[in-house]
Amino acid sequence: MSEIIHADHHDDHAHGPAKGILRWLYTTNHKDIGTLYLWFSLAMFFIGGAMALVIRTELFQPGLQFIEPAFFNQMTTNHGLIMVFGAIMPAFVGLANWLIPMQVGAPDMALPRMNNLSFWILPFAFSMMISTLFMEGGGPNFGWTFYAPLSTTYAPDSVTYFIFAVHLMGASSIMGSINIIATILNMRAPGMTLMKMPMFVWTWLITAYLLIAVMPVLAGAVTMMLFDIHFNTSFFNAAGGGDPVMFQHIFWFFGHPEVYIMILPAFGIVSHIIPTFARKRLFGYTSMVYAVASIAFLSFIVWAHHMFTVGMPLAGQLFFMYSTMLIAVPTGVKVFNWIATMWRGSMTFETPMLFAIAFVVLFTIGGLSGIMLAITPADYQYHDTYFVVAHFHYVLVPGALFSIIAAVYFWIPKWTGKMYDESLGKLHFWLSFIGVNVTFFPQHFSGLAGMPRRIPDYALQFADFNMISSIGAFIFGFSQLFFLYVLIKTIRSGKPAVGRAWEGAKGLEWVLPSPAPYHSFTYPPEVTDKESYA
Amino acid sequence: MSLEEKQSQDIKATVKKLSLVVVGMCCFVAALVPLYDLFCEVTGLNGKTGGPYVFDEAKVRPDTSRLIKVNFLTNTNEGMPWEFRSQKGSVRVHPGAATTVSFYVKNTTGKPMIAQAIPSLVPSSAAEYFHKTECFCFEQQLLMPGEFLDMPMRFIVDLGLPRNVQSINLSYALFDVTDRVGLPDDIQSTSNQVSPVAGG
Repeated sequence: MSEIIHADHHDDHAHGPAKGILRWLYTTNHKDIGTLYLWFSLAMFFIGGAMALVIRTELFQPGLQFIEPAFFNQMTTNHGLIMVFGAIMPAFVGLANWLIPMQVGAPDMALPRMNNLSFWILPFAFSMMISTLFMEGGGPNFGWTFYAPLSTTYAPDSVTYFIFAVHLMGASSIMGSINIIATILNMRAPGMTLMKMPMFVWTWLITAYLLIAVMPVLAGAVTMMLFDIHFNTSFFNAAGGGDPVMFQHIFWFFGHPEVYIMILPAFGIVSHIIPTFARKRLFGYTSMVYAVASIAFLSFIVWAHHMFTVGMPLAGQLFFMYSTMLIAVPTGVKVFNWIATMWRGSMTFETPMLFAIAFVVLFTIGGLSGIMLAITPADYQYHDTYFVVAHFHYVLVPGALFSIIAAVYFWIPKWTGKMYDESLGKLHFWLSFIGVNVTFFPQHFSGLAGMPRRIPDYALQFADFNMISSIGAFIFGFSQLFFLYVLIKTIRSGKPAVGRAWEGAKGLEWVLPSPAPYHSFTYPPEVTDKESYA
Repeated sequence: MSLEEKQSQDIKATVKKLSLVVVGMCCFVAALVPLYDLFCEVTGLNGKTGGPYVFDEAKVRPDTSRLIKVNFLTNTNEGMPWEFRSQKGSVRVHPGAATTVSFYVKNTTGKPMIAQAIPSLVPSSAAEYFHKTECFCFEQQLLMPGEFLDMPMRFIVDLGLPRNVQSINLSYALFDVTDRVGLPDDIQSTSNQVSPVAGG
């Protein structure tokens, strides 16, 4: 994604990238590392997507047609793990690497060598995890939430590889987050106060704090699993005085902040794209910042809404129900602000804007089904059904993923110096938009009618909805291959882009030429209100 | 130049602070386990009942105005072939009056095995008011092939039991812990009690 121009007209120490594979192995350049992260996440997206299509193929009709239930379980588990930890999170980290130094006017990330390390342990982590699928006894098959005792007493032998893979992913995320916070807090250009920072920088600052707070909790959970499996402890084993419910508490204490880790940077991206194509300032910048901070805080006190059915006293159920519903308030503020930004703007509908508007609409649908799930008595019906599957796919696919795709279309002229083909981009959007809704909307209905999640076979009355869902999944999946084609076409033969590729775009990155030089902002730029959405 | 040096010092300071946060969160998750146990013990939320209770029957007058129904449920964990049942399905007791019930257990297999019973109580709001002075669940049981046993359990429902609780369900799950604990070298021993364990 990076056609870097050689900056050899500089007389100082600045120089272009090294040649060959070593460039990518040894690089400490934030643009190179951002590129590596983005390509890696795209590869993982296709692997996880292929697993989703295996799942949808099996569910096309009731009965068992193509795969064994044991393999089906491995597919659902690995699809979830790869999409969460391999596709969405690294894609956001890649965007952070590319954009944050340029947006705050810094020459690079604060800790470039650690940046290299935090990327390069990821391919090892995922090779290790995916390799377990080919081992005797199979790979992880206990769901992406790996509840004990499914992941301890009843786990396949390969579970130890999974545990170490999760440790590596956690280490990578923690290092990446420390790097991002250190960059944002210390390397902003003079004059860029915290409340003048671009929204993407703000959302990532808060996300990085969430990651630092919860990744050790995840590491702790898998370490306890490791001890239960190999060292005869009983953290989660009732026979030895432990408690399997404690696993769920610890997991979701990590897990709920984790789902916001996957959506807050998306809020930031959309807050760049909508003002650009509405040609207005972002409505309510300050309230946007406080809304993100409130959502981050609330994410720590709602975890037990994932486990209402585990048996909880009334006071606990009420607390977690109300605290969960409270999240709708700051989220509502954000949705209102995006709409108010578009209100009476001179809107145009280029591909990034289409994805951003679809984000606002479809993420809101996902948010509303979230509120339904937060209602404790109703949750007893929805728990572990396809309604939950529809809910979190609506917030993750047309939510997080659409924002990433929007970001790629929006910033690709800056990265490559080339413009994508607008009509191909629009075609990709409409295929994705139709595909995603055809896939996930019917799942609301099969879920409400009682179809459980994570099953390879189902009762006959769910046949129609599942068939529609599978057709949608194939439309969506193959339209992402089309996305790959659009990307490659852009890189190879896109029309040259100017520095400010979008007339309404604001921010320091647009002051730079396109493609952004290998070394940018060696001297801090001037920060003006003209380049701020605030 | 000094500006750059200051920046790199600031970065080091930030990294130090953030690393402390990471270390702090690691300590927090390690502390979560005892905290969780403490929380459950105080609130009785996970239905676990307490360990051996010391009780002087002479000093407490039973509350004869209330009669609480205590139901006993027994089940064996997956892969545990023993026979395990409560001799009486349920009893009615006055709060403050000590009662003894017994449970029958039989090793139906052809090999010596060790078992551990784990209690769980519903409603959880009654857990802290249910005391056991004597229980087989405080120990593990080693039974020879075909051996059977009547195991006593003596309990008192506390006088402070909330008035809205009229019945208590106490469930025991029997786990096979032979591999975990390991059979003693001298399995010919007539003792059927192995070392006591924590919890129960």
